[in-house]
Amino acid sequence: MTGPAAGSGATGWALRIGPLSLRPHPRSTLVAAALAVALVGAAVVALTTGEYPLTGAEIIDALRGSATPGVDFIVTTLRMPRLLTGALVGAALGVSGALLQSLARNPLASPDIIGFTSGAATGAIAAFALGADSILRVGLGALAGGTIAAVAVYLLAYRRGGAAGRLVLVGIGVSAALTSVNAFLITRAPLHDAIAAQAWLVGGLNNRGWGHAAPVAAALAVLLPAAIIAGRRLRPLELGDDAAGALGVRAEPSRRMLLVISVALAAVATASAGPVAFVALAAPQLARRLAGAARPALIGSALMGALLLAASDVLAQRLFTPTPMPVGIVTAGLGGLYLTWLLAAGWRGRP
Amino acid sequence: MTKETLMPTTSLPADRLVADQLSLGYGDRPVAAGLSLTIPDGSFTVIIGPNACGKSTLLKALARVLAPHAGQVLLDGRPISARPPKEVARQLGLMAQSAQAPTGITVADLVSRGRYPHQSLLRQWSPDDATAVAEAMARAGVADLAARFVDELSGGQRQRVWLAMALAQKTKILLLDEPTTFLDIGHQHELLELCAELHADGHTLVAVLHDLNQAARYASHLVALAPGGTVVASGPPAEVVTAELVEELFGLRCRVIEDPESGAPMVIAARRTAYR
Repeated sequence: MTGPAAGSGATGWALRIGPLSLRPHPRSTLVAAALAVALVGAAVVALTTGEYPLTGAEIIDALRGSATPGVDFIVTTLRMPRLLTGALVGAALGVSGALLQSLARNPLASPDIIGFTSGAATGAIAAFALGADSILRVGLGALAGGTIAAVAVYLLAYRRGGAAGRLVLVGIGVSAALTSVNAFLITRAPLHDAIAAQAWLVGGLNNRGWGHAAPVAAALAVLLPAAIIAGRRLRPLELGDDAAGALGVRAEPSRRMLLVISVALAAVATASAGPVAFVALAAPQLARRLAGAARPALIGSALMGALLLAASDVLAQRLFTPTPMPVGIVTAGLGGLYLTWLLAAGWRGRP
Repeated sequence: MTKETLMPTTSLPADRLVADQLSLGYGDRPVAAGLSLTIPDGSFTVIIGPNACGKSTLLKALARVLAPHAGQVLLDGRPISARPPKEVARQLGLMAQSAQAPTGITVADLVSRGRYPHQSLLRQWSPDDATAVAEAMARAGVADLAARFVDELSGGQRQRVWLAMALAQKTKILLLDEPTTFLDIGHQHELLELCAELHADGHTLVAVLHDLNQAARYASHLVALAPGGTVVASGPPAEVVTAELVEELFGLRCRVIEDPESGAPMVIAARRTAYR
């Protein structure tokens, strides 16, 4: 029997570097490397193509600060921050989804399911109504709304521990209620606010500069290592609370900590790019399937999320010139196709 | 039959695992109060009792999975609640009844998760882990299933995989919560024989079993628990299993005879209706 995860068998070798002793999953490592290469490829396309095509040499010059002012403006002011924001937001969503899917033991879990995204939308619409004029201010509104919704879902689902199944059920209910509140707020809002809110709700990367890329990068520099360190507890946690407890992991505090990290990642992403659909759902599952592992690996999910969002943004900008589409429309389209395929393939695989 | 007397808190260097005046429950629903119990070192202790008498709850408290409302569980004389969970998990393992395997996980991956208490951020996987996992799988007879998916195994194989995971934890004390549930009689005995081998190797085992005859046959030390978590009797099976005790605990009239195979006491239930 050679299952796809046979490589993770109890082979006797370990990779040792000083005090570090690891067992890398060969196929996951290979997948991560391939995703990193693809991400670099997407970045090259994003930087070189567009209304003003540039050569690789010009890009390198611009990064070293020795390009002509025009090229320098296109690369460092227009294309680079947008690319970085997209990749970082994608990575944040990928890890956020991977944590939630493991916690909920459900491949359909994502920040949309636990009520975060609809809460963020309510916050953003409220921010527009209160006269927010910058992307960052709207982002702060979204961050507040999403966090409040996620905390409310957790507290409503809490009964001797916030068990994963209840989290998903309560999340769906709260999401549905908030979606109707959002629709109501938009119909009652003045026209220009309604249009701005609607555009934000699709999620996009238009007009993103260093002011957007830098906060996301700073947040990820803290949250990604936290996710990787705390994420080790997922291995025992996935076996159930009692089994986890017997392995020395306190289930409820660990689950709460991982949920906080997941929501924080989704919050950072949503505040920067709006509720970009389906990346958090699809990236972990795609990474998991490519690696043939039982659980989405966090680094693979981060790279897959970054690639999905960066590549989707290139598609959204280049395929629909001169009016670039919000990236959320592309990811939603791709995500819908993926979800259908996932379900169909899953049904065919099972007797 | 020996009545269990209350343990003095400052018992002399006695047995490693001791429950001292435990009050257990879920939320504000009490399950047991003032439960004191000593697990003799090197014993195969089996806890018996009617449904909902707190057997599994007691096992969870012993494993540090459930915090007692009052009282404490002592391991080597120190309360386990005051010790780091991973340190306790290196001394004491639990084969939990509620454990569930993630979909798409292989046997080797599942068993290797038993190594968690021995690992750290830097030391995520070492040759010791590989050896322990291989030994545990061989011991539980699942080595040839290593690359199989847990989802596609039979019930008997799956229980042996969970046992292998607990063995990979390399603890001297192993707690088993109804390990034979959902198994047919052949696989029940297969698993219990495996437990008897582990006991013979020097493991201290504590199991919750439903079948009185299996309990009497495999246990070296039997603990009878009444509803409310009262220890009604404890000691060698031949002293504990009596017709009076079975009637008191389970409301079942019976005869107790000697099991012709093992010499252990054997419960034969009486019928309420006349024989035809």
